[in-house]
Amino acid sequence: MTQFLLIAIVVMIFVVIFQIAKASEYVSVLKGEEKARKQNNKINAFLLISFLILGLIGVWWCNDLYYSKTLFPMGAASEMGQKIDLMLYITIGVTGVVFVVTQVLLFWFSFKYQENDDRKAFYFPHNTKLELLWTTVPAIFLTVLVVFGLKYWFKMTSDAPKDAVVVEVTGHQFAWEFRYPGPDNILGKKNYKLTKGANSLGVDFNDPASLDDIHVSATMHIPVNKPVKFVINAQDVIHDVGLSHFRLKMDAVPGIPTTLWFTPLYTTEEMKVRSGNPNFVYEISCDQMCGKGHFSMRGVIIVESAADYKMWLATQKPEYYTVFPDKAPNATPTDTSSVKQMPLAAVMASGK
Amino acid sequence: MSNVLELQESDVHHGHEAHHEHHHHETFITKYVFSQDHKMIAKQFLITGMIWAIIGGLFSVLFRLQLGYPESTFPWLEDLLGHWAKGGKILPEFYYALVTMHGTILVFFVLTAGLSGTFANFLIPLQIGARDMASPLLNMLSYWFFFLASIIMFSSLFVQTGPASGGWTIYPPLSALGDASSGSKIGMDLWLTSMAMFIVSSLLGGLNYISTILNLRTKGMSMTRMPLTIWALFFTAVLGVLSFPVLLSGAILLLFDRNLGTSFFLSDIYVNGKILPNEGGSAILFQHLFWFLGHPEVYIILLPAMGMSSEIISVNSRKPIFGYMAMVGSLFAIAILAFLVWAHHMFVTGLNPFLGSFFVLLTLLIAVPSAIKVFNWLTTLWRANIRFTPGMLFAIGFVSLFISGGLTGIFLGNSALDIHLHDTYFVVAHFHIVMGVASFFGMFAGVYHWFPKMYGRYLNNTLAYIHFWITIIGAYLIFWPMHYEGLAGMPRRYYDFSGWESFKMFGGLNEFISVVAMIVFAAQLLFVLNFFHSIFKGRKVTTANPWGANTLEWTTPIRPGHGNWVGEIPEVYRGAYDYGKDGREFIPQTEPVGENESHH
Repeated sequence: MTQFLLIAIVVMIFVVIFQIAKASEYVSVLKGEEKARKQNNKINAFLLISFLILGLIGVWWCNDLYYSKTLFPMGAASEMGQKIDLMLYITIGVTGVVFVVTQVLLFWFSFKYQENDDRKAFYFPHNTKLELLWTTVPAIFLTVLVVFGLKYWFKMTSDAPKDAVVVEVTGHQFAWEFRYPGPDNILGKKNYKLTKGANSLGVDFNDPASLDDIHVSATMHIPVNKPVKFVINAQDVIHDVGLSHFRLKMDAVPGIPTTLWFTPLYTTEEMKVRSGNPNFVYEISCDQMCGKGHFSMRGVIIVESAADYKMWLATQKPEYYTVFPDKAPNATPTDTSSVKQMPLAAVMASGK
Repeated sequence: MSNVLELQESDVHHGHEAHHEHHHHETFITKYVFSQDHKMIAKQFLITGMIWAIIGGLFSVLFRLQLGYPESTFPWLEDLLGHWAKGGKILPEFYYALVTMHGTILVFFVLTAGLSGTFANFLIPLQIGARDMASPLLNMLSYWFFFLASIIMFSSLFVQTGPASGGWTIYPPLSALGDASSGSKIGMDLWLTSMAMFIVSSLLGGLNYISTILNLRTKGMSMTRMPLTIWALFFTAVLGVLSFPVLLSGAILLLFDRNLGTSFFLSDIYVNGKILPNEGGSAILFQHLFWFLGHPEVYIILLPAMGMSSEIISVNSRKPIFGYMAMVGSLFAIAILAFLVWAHHMFVTGLNPFLGSFFVLLTLLIAVPSAIKVFNWLTTLWRANIRFTPGMLFAIGFVSLFISGGLTGIFLGNSALDIHLHDTYFVVAHFHIVMGVASFFGMFAGVYHWFPKMYGRYLNNTLAYIHFWITIIGAYLIFWPMHYEGLAGMPRRYYDFSGWESFKMFGGLNEFISVVAMIVFAAQLLFVLNFFHSIFKGRKVTTANPWGANTLEWTTPIRPGHGNWVGEIPEVYRGAYDYGKDGREFIPQTEPVGENESHH
């Protein structure tokens, strides 16, 4: 019922506006079309300058409302990200000035030079000096921005430091998988044709390097203040590892591995304080349209102290034993308890 | 004005000799359906484009409903959409189909075919002084291929597995694998087939526009005397002819991958429990092919709007466009650069950083000709005597939006910043403002300005002003706050943000944007109403040159017949922008240069 009422109201509004518009046309004929046109001209000139003033107030107001919800107030959580924030500020500054100046000129000129019978338009077809001025000035500003941008671009796409923690990130519809290289620090080979059952990543277990690799889903742990390198790939369609807090992003493409690296500066706990949000969590968003569950393809990164990270890693069991449970040490049914107890022992040892 | 100019359409067919082929009696079919008159074809493009715009706009209202009210259900949606909105809530699959079709429809069917199809057809012969296009037959076919593409695309909305739903950029493997998405089943084949037809239409049109502009200019109409509209439409056509075939190749290869088992874009895929045999293809290759069209496409959409706004601003400022040659030069520069920047859409694909740096440089270089254009428009307004016709308001709105959206391009073109902003609402805000809304403003400016020439009647001014003010205020209210969402990293193409700690704080803003979007959509219906009502009931045009413009289209009869001019085509003696020269308000292009006229 309500929807019909709503439709009726909307149609009514339409009819009313339409009738007013038609009536205004008759009025203008009665008044004299030239006179009505001039009156409309004045009204619209006034509206344009009002739009400018209210618009600029609106821009300021919008900033007031939403600046606190952007990522700026809490700062970037990676070294590179802080430089990118600086660059964002500089770009906002430069473009902001251009924005205000050009919009003010546009609407102010429109208002000031509205039709007036006492004035004739100034014949001014071109002026080479002026045109050269606004060719070179933007070119200079852009050169500065390009130099800045490329400096950071080459830095962020450079090779990761040798001592970086390596994590393999795999996207599939609609979740993230993470693989750690284990004690040997080498990720075992993969072959997508081996993907089957528990071997959900298609790891080639004939490669000895794969035997100690650790596979976790959805939540990744990394240490703070240490470079981390992601080796990124996808199983089915293109996904994208979106790390908004670190200001980074990289596509996950089936068949073509990509990489990115960064140094996280704050642990998750520290970010809870910095952001003032007790529920703060580093999230990995999928930033490349990947199908109906795209919006729910969420991963979590827990950044923690080196000690906590080490401890967490120690509790993880190599994927090899999950895929081949019979090969696990102490794999006899009676003995599984010892596997569970090991982590507990480690926790005790750390004194927590 | 002379009496000759007020001759009506019926006189035209008897009055002149040059057009032997058009002497035959026109039936309803040849006049309104399979017409070869460029003006009728233009109207066909315009009205088909408007129908598509309503559909595409309606889709955005539907998905904004989901974004604004992710927790609510609307039982009437189920009545409307059946199983796509089970329980009154749009399903994710259908949400993505809506987003995909909204993009496809608006980018290709409305802002390419509806915009340059309409105005290239309508204005080129009228403004260069030609009786029709170089090939009226190809011109007619261009429309009918577009019609065919429209029918196929429209039919894809009704297949059981739904229309394409992988985004308007249709990146494989998602678009290649029916196993990955229900929209990648038959809906995707229909999408690709429709697009192939669309490209044929665009090529037939484009080749025709180019050859008409190069060959059929009237006596005295040298290239440098052409109105800027024609220059813009010329570069648009060149861009289309050179880039659309690349998309066609991409589309065909994708059809092969989908149906013939080839591996152009597929490699190492495990999907839906199946190991696919494809090896050695590159998903990224498709993106190169797609964006090689996709980026020029942005300018295919934008250039006609720039050209028309330049013309309309000059006419209504009663001043010459400032720096005509610089305006042509910057259009040329933009057209060249448009081909050299495509990979700036691909900074996050793992592109070679060194290669990426060239694309950064070339992309930011576009800001220079863009700045020239903006400052030239501003200088045109300076010390003008401005008449705020609805067309002029939309042209001013176009400049405002072009500035706002163009500046954010400086963020996105700089790869280091793009990494953070890529695929967030910042991008949505950027391209909607600069290419979506701005081009719509150019199109509206064109419709309001040339409607009297199209139908011999005026649109209702009051409705036009209401339409303008709601649209420009609404456009800024919708898209300006989206920049903030983007700065927070909020990804585009999400069905629901409520599960995300990082993005859920924008729920209130999303609702606000949705409400404004619905109001703005309603205001567009007001325009549609005005348009169709005025065709039949609008105030009649009584003078041949109602805006006091210099260009040739205003030297034809009020309602020009097939062939446009009665008798000889007028000769041209000057450029299109002699407004306010030597104290005269305007000097039409057809007026010979006087002996005492000043040179500038």
